[in-house]
Amino acid sequence: MLIQFIIIFGCLALGELFVWLTGIKFPSCIIGMILLTIFLKIKLIKYEWVNKISNFLLENLAFFFVPPSVALMKYFDIIKAEWLPIILATVISTIIVLIASGWTHQIFRKHFFNKKEDKNGTSKK
Amino acid sequence: MELLKNSFVLVFITFAFYYLAKLLQKKTNSVLLNPLLISITLIILYLEFFGIDYETYHESGQMIEFWLKPAVVALGVPLYKQLTSIKKQIFPLIASSFVGCVLGVISVVVFANILGASHAVSLSLASKSVTTPIAMEITRILGGIESLTTVAVVFTGIFGGMFGFKILQWCGVTNPISQSLAIGMAAHAVGTSKALEVGYHYGAYSSLGLTLNGIFTAVCTQIILQILGF
Repeated sequence: MLIQFIIIFGCLALGELFVWLTGIKFPSCIIGMILLTIFLKIKLIKYEWVNKISNFLLENLAFFFVPPSVALMKYFDIIKAEWLPIILATVISTIIVLIASGWTHQIFRKHFFNKKEDKNGTSKK
Repeated sequence: MELLKNSFVLVFITFAFYYLAKLLQKKTNSVLLNPLLISITLIILYLEFFGIDYETYHESGQMIEFWLKPAVVALGVPLYKQLTSIKKQIFPLIASSFVGCVLGVISVVVFANILGASHAVSLSLASKSVTTPIAMEITRILGGIESLTTVAVVFTGIFGGMFGFKILQWCGVTNPISQSLAIGMAAHAVGTSKALEVGYHYGAYSSLGLTLNGIFTAVCTQIILQILGF
C-alpha cells in the first residue's frame, strides 16, 4: 500500500515542482494526472502499483468536494445582490456547454469514423 | 458548546451527513436529492444553527479537502487505460472541447449582461466551467470578483452533476463518450465524479474534457472577451 501512496503523491509533488519552476498558472494536480498517465504508458510505473489507491480515491471523488463547497456560506451576501443573473446565466451557459461539446463530438465522431472506414475500404480494394 | 466545533466532531458530521444524503438518494432515486447538494445544505444548516463560522469548519474540512488533489492525480489511471482509444479520435475530442469552451465563455458573459448583472459580476462568471484554481486565476487577470468565481464554479459543478446526463439525453446526445466528455467540459471534476459513477472508463473522457477545457479557457478567455468588447 505504501508504494501506492508514494506514486500518487510523487506525481503530485512533481506537478507542484513543475508549477514552481515554470511559474505557470495551472493546477499542479492536473499536471500530476498527465504525468501519471505518461508514466503508466511508458511502463515506468506498473498498473498494480496504483490501482488500489486510485480506485479508492476515484470512488470518493464527489465526497472530497463537500468541505470546499461549504464555503458557499461565506458568499451568501455577494450572491444575494445579483442572484438572478448569476444563477440564470450559469445554468443557461452550462446547458450550452453540455450540448455544444456533446453534439459536436457526436457529429465529428460519426464523420471522422465514416471517413476512416472509407479509407480502409478503398485500400483493401 | 466547544464540543460542537471540535475538529473530530466536524469531520464526523461531514462523513455522516454525506452518508445520510447518499442513503436518501438510494432510497428515493431522485435527481434533485443530489448527495453533494444535500450534505452541503445540512452542514451549512448545522454551522449556522450552532453559530460556527466557516473558518472553524474549514480547519477540519481541510483534512477531507486535502484528498481532492491526489484524487485528481488518480484520474490518470482511467485516462491511461483509454489512451489508445483516445489517440484514435483525438481530433474530434479536441475540436468539440474547443467549441464547448468558446460557446461557454461567450454565453455566460452575454446572458449575465442581458439579465442585468454588473460588469464585474459578468467577468467573474466567464471561467465557471473549469476547476477552481484555473477559474480564480482567470478572474484575477480579468479583474473580476474571485470569491464570486468560487461560488459560480461550485454551483456549475453541482448543477452539471445533477442534470448533465439528463440534459444530454433529452437533446439527443446518446453516445456515452460524447456525454462523458461534455460533462467533464461543463462541470469539471464534480461532473467527472458523476461520469465515474456511470462507468469507470467514461471517467477518462470526462477527465480529458476537464483538462482540455481548463487549457482552452485559460488561453482563450481574454481574447474572446476582447472580441466581444468587454
